[in-house]
Amino acid sequence: MKLVYFAWVRERVGKTDEQVSLPQGVETVADLVRWLKGRGEEYEYAFENEGVVRAAIDHVHVKPEARIAGAREIAFFPPMTGG
Amino acid sequence: MAAKIRIQAEPFDAAAETAALTAGASDIGAVVAFTGLCRDEGGRLAALELEHYPGMAEAEINRIADQAQARWPLLGLTVIHRFGGIAPGEGIVLVLTASAHRQAAFEAASFLMDYLKTQAPFWKREHLKDGSVGAWIDAKEADDRATERWG
Repeated sequence: MKLVYFAWVRERVGKTDEQVSLPQGVETVADLVRWLKGRGEEYEYAFENEGVVRAAIDHVHVKPEARIAGAREIAFFPPMTGG
Repeated sequence: MAAKIRIQAEPFDAAAETAALTAGASDIGAVVAFTGLCRDEGGRLAALELEHYPGMAEAEINRIADQAQARWPLLGLTVIHRFGGIAPGEGIVLVLTASAHRQAAFEAASFLMDYLKTQAPFWKREHLKDGSVGAWIDAKEADDRATERWG
């Protein structure tokens, strides 16, 4: 599964994207965030305010409880400031 | 009616886009054009940098455009959103809505801008005149409230 990061989430994680193999039990976006935070302090920092970081699965906005089975690409990013 | 949606680094020409939208049409009675510009923030700002999520930016703006077309009887719709470095005075975003009567065009343009600001995956960062890179701009609660009013 490919993870991609944008704006200050990207800067805090220290990479634009990565491929991950998820262990059993990581079934939702919230599970994935919890798992990522256990991988190192850069992830802890990026997701320190979990309610702030947004997620998208395959280019569609999703909530933390969204299931990730079958996802090709999951993105994490701050609230959007376009327009 | 197919919406014209473009994500590009290059500047856009609002007048030329409006002319293209209405060319050959005799049923359009109203065109609303909204252009969002880069401010210099009292002389402090050298440029804005816009990061975007390629692929999702197009997909999300298409979804927003579909919602606008489902709610209002639009006869034409153009959305152009830039990314990369943008200097003060330059356009960032262009929304054109065309309809038979003005109310649909006004409302749809306002709806589109509210959703673009809060749902389209773009992020702004300031580059300052003193050469430093400023902070990522925080999302505004007022923009979320503006979006919520559409239900």
